[in-house]
Amino acid sequence: MELSTQIEVWIGAFLTLMIFSFLWKDNFFYKFAEHLFVGVSAAYWMVVGIWSTIFPNLIARLWPSLVRDVVPGAAGGEPQYIFLIPLVFGLLLLTRLLPKIHYLSRWAMALVIGYAAGTNLIRYLQSDLMSQISSTIVPIAVVSDGRLQIGETFSHLVLFLGVFCGLIYFFFSREHKGVLKPASRLGIWILMITFGASFGYTVMARISLLTGRVQYLMGDWLGLL
Amino acid sequence: MHWIERVGRLDRRVIFVVIALAVVIPLVAELIFPVYPSEIVENIYDRIESLPPGSKVLLSLDYGPSTAPENQPMASVISRHALERDLRLYVMALWPTGPGQANILIEDVLHAEFPDKVEGVDWVHLGYKAGNQGLINTILLDMKGMYTTDSEGTAIDEIEMMDDIRNLQDFDLIFGVGSGFPGVKEWVQFAGDRGDIPISGGVTAVEAPLLYPYYPKQLLGLMGGLQGVAEYEATLVRQYPRFKETGETAVRLMGPQAVAHTVIILFVIIGNIAYFVERRRTKQS
Repeated sequence: MELSTQIEVWIGAFLTLMIFSFLWKDNFFYKFAEHLFVGVSAAYWMVVGIWSTIFPNLIARLWPSLVRDVVPGAAGGEPQYIFLIPLVFGLLLLTRLLPKIHYLSRWAMALVIGYAAGTNLIRYLQSDLMSQISSTIVPIAVVSDGRLQIGETFSHLVLFLGVFCGLIYFFFSREHKGVLKPASRLGIWILMITFGASFGYTVMARISLLTGRVQYLMGDWLGLL
Repeated sequence: MHWIERVGRLDRRVIFVVIALAVVIPLVAELIFPVYPSEIVENIYDRIESLPPGSKVLLSLDYGPSTAPENQPMASVISRHALERDLRLYVMALWPTGPGQANILIEDVLHAEFPDKVEGVDWVHLGYKAGNQGLINTILLDMKGMYTTDSEGTAIDEIEMMDDIRNLQDFDLIFGVGSGFPGVKEWVQFAGDRGDIPISGGVTAVEAPLLYPYYPKQLLGLMGGLQGVAEYEATLVRQYPRFKETGETAVRLMGPQAVAHTVIILFVIIGNIAYFVERRRTKQS
């Protein structure tokens, strides 16, 4: 057993234990660690954004000589004044902090939302609708070398019935009676199995994270592993 | 009260202790189970194996320390495999926390296991850029417009391995390691489908069910959680035994995982039995 001599490992270990203390009950130590995390995360995201994007991609293009010492690789070129446009829109976003002219931030928001909605709509339509429909259209009976492939046929049948009955379950324009009743029942079964599998994966993820923390506490901190 | 009813009303803190022990004991005892690769993981392995030396692999680290136990081994195993095959590795991040994970990757894998590989020639760390899927959209057309320097501030034109990179279509494979938005889903939607670029990924187990529908047409392969990466590690070590010591992180963690799962399954069964016994007794009384 060799205890860690690194201060950051000790801080990490104590913060982990503070968070774990919630398992006993809500308490001051848990709240402290939670607030510390939120504060540090916000500051970290801001600082990383400034150094990795605003300096090399904006300031270095507008005033290359200004960032010569900060981002040497990005400096040296001619100023590109086209980048004044994103600078202005970026500053407009900050007007939210000034009540008298806060409405100006809407122009920048409109640009962001318009761009995001436009690109996302097309991408989601193609990737999550058209391509998914295309992936569902498969031959139900798979025959290879003149023989029926039982495994693949079964998979394709499950895929077809799963999608078909799942859609019927969400078809609310007609009461689920007659042929629609067993199909929608099968649909809800398919959905339940999907949720169960998804929850199983969630359990696996949480145990993985717990294992990671235990490894940190017992290995990096206490030196037991 | 019947004993099974008492079990059904067990204090949740007792369950926490049992789960903790189910993780700690196998970890200390170094319990390891054999792992066999599934087709969805093997597809990624086979693709990297089939790429000729010098091919370009883009590795995007879209996660943070909170999911590192699951995601970091994915980044490590892909880097290990790519560099062992003499492929060129480009590391980038859609998350601001990605560069920190990239630094760990560089220190623990690139420097430690591949001291002969040269930064800027064999691998490069491009760092983080804001923009989420907008960034993917942009670099699909123009990479150097967005990445003017690498993460160290070196001008992109001075980096040898960036010479023949214009946009994402110049890469032979994109591998996203993700744990949410933006992540592998966005790589599929904005790069793979639009640019017809082979996309594969490794994601946390929570996210894996959301990505399976993309396989196999839109997604070449997927490592789902620790199990997925353990399968990849086992395959890699089988072919390259020199990684036996350093390259089985996830394989080692699957022991505690299996024991904890067994305990959870037992709790679910016992809890259900307790529920039905109690319901029956209530009806009888």
